[in-house]
Amino acid sequence: MNTTIMLFLLQDGITNGAIYALLGLALVLVFAVTRVILIPQGEFVTYGALTYATLSSGQVPGTARLALAMGIVAFGLDLFAGRRALHAKLIARALAIDIVLPAAVLALTIWLAGHHSPIGVNIALSLVIVAAIGLFLYRIAFQPIAHASVLVLLIAAVGCHLALQGFGLVFFGAEGQRGPTVSDSAFIVGPLRFTGQSIAVYAITLALIAGLWMFFGFTRMGKALRATAVNRLGARLVGIRTALSGQIAFLLASVIGAVSGILIVPITTLYYDTGFLIGLKGFVAAIIGGLVSYPLTAIAALLVGAVEAFSSFYASNFKEVIVFTLILPVLVLRSLAAPAVEEEKD
Amino acid sequence: MNAGGNTLLSVSSAHIAYGKVEAVRSVSLDVATGEIVTIIGANGAGKTTLLNAIMGILPLKGGVTFANQDMARLDIEDRVAAGLSLVPEHRELFGSMNVEDNLQLGAFRITKAVAAQSLERVYTLFPRLKERHKQLAGTLSGGEQQMLAMGRALMGAPKLLMLDEPSLGLAPIIVADIFRIIGELRASGVSVLLVEQNAQAALQIADRAYVMELGEFILNGPAKDIAANTRVAASYLGFTHEGASVI
Repeated sequence: MNTTIMLFLLQDGITNGAIYALLGLALVLVFAVTRVILIPQGEFVTYGALTYATLSSGQVPGTARLALAMGIVAFGLDLFAGRRALHAKLIARALAIDIVLPAAVLALTIWLAGHHSPIGVNIALSLVIVAAIGLFLYRIAFQPIAHASVLVLLIAAVGCHLALQGFGLVFFGAEGQRGPTVSDSAFIVGPLRFTGQSIAVYAITLALIAGLWMFFGFTRMGKALRATAVNRLGARLVGIRTALSGQIAFLLASVIGAVSGILIVPITTLYYDTGFLIGLKGFVAAIIGGLVSYPLTAIAALLVGAVEAFSSFYASNFKEVIVFTLILPVLVLRSLAAPAVEEEKD
Repeated sequence: MNAGGNTLLSVSSAHIAYGKVEAVRSVSLDVATGEIVTIIGANGAGKTTLLNAIMGILPLKGGVTFANQDMARLDIEDRVAAGLSLVPEHRELFGSMNVEDNLQLGAFRITKAVAAQSLERVYTLFPRLKERHKQLAGTLSGGEQQMLAMGRALMGAPKLLMLDEPSLGLAPIIVADIFRIIGELRASGVSVLLVEQNAQAALQIADRAYVMELGEFILNGPAKDIAANTRVAASYLGFTHEGASVI
């Protein structure tokens, strides 16, 4: 292998690693706040990517309808949960978020269908649709069982993953799709060619990480989310609703997933089930970070990307095997080093 | 029965059970505005259980009214917003966050302008916290953690502060400090419901007291009378009064 190939592989690895880093960070965030291991993270990627691709080809994505349907269920749950103390403000708020918002987005996608809508509009719509699905997913599937054990939450997460993947097949078909690039420009540095798209991947990853860092470090809501992760009872005792924290965590995770999907769909063909494998690699990074450390997760994600790139060069058939094998030594080391953690019950 | 002010918290015939085991049986209690009320009793008498149930952490059968509002249907978070605040036995601080963040989160339910005033007030009450405002809560000493837990609860400008064993495991000099601050709270208009094993200190500072044994109140009245009671003196204060009243 010469230097050129090595640089190529490294570049490829870092581009993928950046995406895994985003997904890994979202997983750590969701686990810390809600104790849910977010298996459906990959579906957010697929939904974001394929919704964007469908909108770009001038069609109405099925996800817009799903968002409205889930919104209606969430509205029913909100009313049921608040039945003992219903007041106009609560109903209006639930109605606006659960029904009016997804209905407006669906109406907009139907109106835009057939037109050649600008890329910016398509991206924004895709993000709103997937964000709504993420939010409603928490409201419907996880909020009612928020106090269950990690294992029960994990089983629910697997169920959500299977359901969403099935819906993905219905909405987008078994064919793979690609979306339009954000930018077609490219420039060359030495032997390497940087496309506008890969620059966008780096820039947006860095911007999102910086944005998350500022959100958690400097805003009241960000600190409240951290507080929920550190001490659930303590958070409740200062008046932070754990349900709201969970909804925001899922909202952030779904937006991050959708952004990742939109970033990679111009580079790789995505199928309805591709997201799962991508999400799993983010999961490997998150596990290496112990499901708690954000910086470790980001570094591990770059490592996962690099290992994947090099193993696809040396032994492309075993690419996935090699990547997932990374988890084993980490788990062994952690099980030896970490004291047994008693599961939090609340 | 209370010191003349308006009733702020009123608990009537409360039953609290862990599964089939009743930990608290038909307990009634009230706290008036501007009053310090203490509940004393041995380990396992049900004092902590009662505080947790008033806060909404445990389910309670019976009535809880706070500031003329029925608390029965409210979650912990709404009780906090109504002005009820608990400093729990284990303090439940945000260990990996710094002192100032812990305090700011205490003001999660009130506006930023009011929070700024609260912060100044808390720093005046606990100058130690101001010195350490950038230190992680988990690295503070036990006494400082207790101060932080109280400061965090006060940040939300509560009407009633419930303190669960604030002196537990602390050095005597720090206990004295904490009790001095509880006294100052009353002067600033915050009512206090204090659960203590250190009955002597609690009875000195409180206006009224309840004595709890095996999940029931066996005695209540002005703190001075309770302190003078022979049975209380023998069981909780460790000495006997000459010629004191017998129940």
